[in-house]
Amino acid sequence: MSTAKAQLEILPRSIQVLLAAGAIALAAFPLIPMESSGFYIQLLSQMMILAIFAMSLDLLQGVTGLVSLGHAAYFGLAGYALAFLTPADVPVSLWWSLPVAALGTGLAALVIGFFVVRTHGIYFIMVTMAFAQMVFYIFFDNAELGGSDGLYVYFRPDATLFGWQPFDLENKTTFFYFTLALLVLIYAFLRRLLFSPFGRALTGIRVNEHRMRAVGYGSFGYKLTAFTLAGALAGVAGYLWAAQTGYVNPELMGFHLSAHAIMMVILGGMGNFAGAIVGAFAFEWVMHFFKDMTKHWQLLMGSFIVLVVLFAPRGLLGLIERFTAPKEKVEEAP
Amino acid sequence: MDFANFLIQLLNSLQYGLLLFMLAAGLTLIFGIMGVVNLAHGTFYMLGAYLAWFLTAQFDNLLIAIVVGAVLAIAFGWALEWLLIRHFYKRDHLDQVLLTFGLIYIFQEARSILWGDDVHSVAVPAMFNGAIQLTDNLSYPVYRLVVSAVCAGLAMGLYLLISKTRLGMKIRAGAFNREMTESLGINIRFIHAIVFALGVGLAAVAGMVAAPISSVYPGMGSSVLIMCFVVVVIGGIGSVRGALVAALMVGLVDTFCKVLLPEIAGMAVYMLMAAVLLFKPEGLFKS
Repeated sequence: MSTAKAQLEILPRSIQVLLAAGAIALAAFPLIPMESSGFYIQLLSQMMILAIFAMSLDLLQGVTGLVSLGHAAYFGLAGYALAFLTPADVPVSLWWSLPVAALGTGLAALVIGFFVVRTHGIYFIMVTMAFAQMVFYIFFDNAELGGSDGLYVYFRPDATLFGWQPFDLENKTTFFYFTLALLVLIYAFLRRLLFSPFGRALTGIRVNEHRMRAVGYGSFGYKLTAFTLAGALAGVAGYLWAAQTGYVNPELMGFHLSAHAIMMVILGGMGNFAGAIVGAFAFEWVMHFFKDMTKHWQLLMGSFIVLVVLFAPRGLLGLIERFTAPKEKVEEAP
Repeated sequence: MDFANFLIQLLNSLQYGLLLFMLAAGLTLIFGIMGVVNLAHGTFYMLGAYLAWFLTAQFDNLLIAIVVGAVLAIAFGWALEWLLIRHFYKRDHLDQVLLTFGLIYIFQEARSILWGDDVHSVAVPAMFNGAIQLTDNLSYPVYRLVVSAVCAGLAMGLYLLISKTRLGMKIRAGAFNREMTESLGINIRFIHAIVFALGVGLAAVAGMVAAPISSVYPGMGSSVLIMCFVVVVIGGIGSVRGALVAALMVGLVDTFCKVLLPEIAGMAVYMLMAAVLLFKPEGLFKS
């Protein structure tokens, strides 16, 4: 029972075109004049933030083969970092608070990773979940850290640089474009990383860790680096989330968000980062759809998850590829 | 801390540890024998507690409620294994995680529809409603001792079942080498169904006997699930003996830290787990 295979590491042309079209559609969305567009702009910003979060998990889950059930801990930690860094009367500067939040979260991931990366398979799942729960309880139990109520972030970070303000994040549309820019940047970075020697080593570890060790790769260091990097990127997402919602609570580190992230990556198709983005959008859309439909949305959501796992374990990108790829190519595939 | 107080905390930690063991034993067996990660295990505990509340109201007697509830839980576990779980034995852990996570949503909502989201309490049965006087002003409730005794009895029963009976032999053989066991003519699917139903039954019974001690509330499954994970990780996956030792350790550490060092009580158990991982990444009793 080895870890799952990544799919479509090299994206077929059809999916590349779809992704580019999606990015253009997103970028054009705020230009469409429509009623309550502010609501949709915020909703899409949230989806993009979760897409960054899902991509950071895909680095572990799809690329390295480490299924973390505690990834939300890093998302939440960065949100809390912003809450602590923002004073009650003035906004904090974006230019140092974002790196500090991401680096701090990466450091937390490094410390926790030191323990969890020693374990394999099912142990890894359980241990990442247990440590995330520990972080959850640290914040939940301590009134100084906000307790169960959480904390407010009074201002969105300020982008002023030497007295010049290139953009204002308090504006919804600006925030939307800022998030989109980060999404594209992080996607490009992770795609490059995937085909770098480091990314190839991670892929090798997923496929056969013993063999990688035998040919001289210290898998512990590689896995720990991936865990730390994934934590820091989850931190970028958590920082944006806190900046957008203006509010953090321990639920951001909870088990449900961690499991949702796994689901997003699966739903899109894992191991190529594009799937994580598609999955995050699709998952959030389905959840909003169910929540609008009935009070008992959990029943529908649970059934949806079970059905996806039963019938579409390759995710949406896998489906797209199956329907768009030329016939003979499908038969060639092993 | 004087002796009477110490004794009370010791009994409390024993009771908590044994209760955790009932849950962790099922979790570790289901993983060790079928290779299935079951996130929904805590939900069975929660459903058990609600079932105890519901059935006590029907029968007006907790003991009858527990017996009926246990039968229902085992039947439910059997059906669930047949319907869904058995298709996932050979699937990836990731798929199992998601399947059982989806089941958590479904069972939570089913509970909400059937019994609502209210917090309930279950009365301690009259015959166990006393307390043992330890000193002039300290006493220990009899029902907590009964819970410890029931859990210890079931743990003993589980031990005898696995190590002394023919069925237990088949279970161990199936865990050791599935193909070989099958080729000797043993119906391994049947064994798996039994183990899963048994695990669900144990978790539900744990919820039912715990119902009079803790209140019955919707979120009671998730916190206990994570404690069970800690127990299984410390004890070593698949090892029932390890689960017993680890559950008692976790019970001791958690109870005494809450009394002696309340500032770090929330973290103490996880620090214990981290310490074990540092020296024994595969748990204390690797099976």
